[in-house]
Amino acid sequence: MDITINKKMVNKSEKEQDFTPVFKINNLNLWYGQDHALKDIKFDIPEKQVTAIIGPSGCGKSTFIKTLNRMVEMVPIVRMSGEIVYRDKNIFQPKYGVEELRTQVGMVFQKPNPFPKSIYENVAYGPRIHGIKNKKVLDEVVEKSLRGAAIWDEVKDRLNENAYGLSGGQQQRLCIARCLAIEPDVILMDEPTSALDPISTLKVEELVQELKKDYSIVIVTHNMQQAARISDRTAFFLNGEVVEYTDTSTLFSNPSDKRTEDYITGRFG
Amino acid sequence: MVVRENFQLQLEEMKQSIVQISKLAEEALELSVEALKNQDLDKALQIIENDNRINVLEDEINDMAILLIAKQAPVASDLRRIIAAIKISSDIERMADFAVNIAKSTIRIGKQELIKPLEELPKMAHHAIHMLTTATKAYVEEDVALAKQLAELDDFVDETYGKIIKELLELMTKNPEHLSQISQLLFVCRYIERTADHATNIAESIIFLVKGKRYGLND
Repeated sequence: MDITINKKMVNKSEKEQDFTPVFKINNLNLWYGQDHALKDIKFDIPEKQVTAIIGPSGCGKSTFIKTLNRMVEMVPIVRMSGEIVYRDKNIFQPKYGVEELRTQVGMVFQKPNPFPKSIYENVAYGPRIHGIKNKKVLDEVVEKSLRGAAIWDEVKDRLNENAYGLSGGQQQRLCIARCLAIEPDVILMDEPTSALDPISTLKVEELVQELKKDYSIVIVTHNMQQAARISDRTAFFLNGEVVEYTDTSTLFSNPSDKRTEDYITGRFG
Repeated sequence: MVVRENFQLQLEEMKQSIVQISKLAEEALELSVEALKNQDLDKALQIIENDNRINVLEDEINDMAILLIAKQAPVASDLRRIIAAIKISSDIERMADFAVNIAKSTIRIGKQELIKPLEELPKMAHHAIHMLTTATKAYVEEDVALAKQLAELDDFVDETYGKIIKELLELMTKNPEHLSQISQLLFVCRYIERTADHATNIAESIIFLVKGKRYGLND
């Protein structure tokens, strides 16, 4: 008897890469002094999708995400080789403007870090330093950004109050709104919900799903279920290497590498 | 360090429950064939009574699976293991229902003399029971090669099924006065053939569990 294989179920990962990349990472290596923190990283990040980076502490995931907007260069002992191509340009080229890059590639951090200013000013700050002076235009940007970050209804009557008066979850969404105000192309999120309560976490996750319609999102998360819930593709980092990078459904249902399996099923160590 | 030791133990417990439900179903099927062959109505009644234990055990396995999914957020092979347990226990429960069906047919045939001694039918039944034993072994050992063999074993059952049905239909035209008994035997034949199909379903679940891919063995 012939054993028939149900073709549509087999090797989903074989049909990888049917997307437009926003970032192409080629043989990226990074050292902190002698410490080889990223090793030959090579993969493409899709446009208008959510890409999750998972892996144990110290595997290089935060370092990696900070290379995408060149924030990692703020660490003095960093050395890098290889290239990161953002929209057809290598961001490591000497003439590449880092301000321009960070306007296009916004970032949201682990702990909400609003400015010690009013809610309104937090959002208006970016557009203002980009030259928008017209109050009416600023008002519009602020409202649009706050709506985009799903926090408008909660703050519209208290825009002039200090941002520190908001809850942690609201502060984080305010930071997302601040990021949206300069109309970036990509949003990097470094553990954006690890300091939030479960409901605020789910709100941010919902928001990420909304945002991917307009933005490409890269999210570092310790929460594997979060990666499974919200991302389209997932990269598993281990000891500075990418062990497996594939569509999230495959990675969480049938990973091809034993190390990925051990990590996501919690059998690590 | 063994991480998630407790979870591992619970998965093991679920596996043992599958082995247990499989043993019960095997016993029920064996008894049902014996009862049919010897026209032992007491035994047939016993099978019907015992079936509840199997239904309860299936519910228990499902409850375990639900709790593990809810509490442990399983992924990858852990998740497949749990899904496979749900499916396999349902297949086995269905096989045990066929034992009940055979017992009911035995009761309907009652003590009236059999039109001919049963030979092929019990043979086919034992073959189907052997398939369940094999499937359970393949499940316990996660043996894909053994699971795949079930497809071939099922081919044999299907062939015998065709032969017996043909023979029974011939008997039916020649002995219309035995219509009722022969139709019961036709039913029994069908129950056994279906039992074997469920064994191949189990084989498919085992391959899915181990490989994460679907194979159609019943085609």
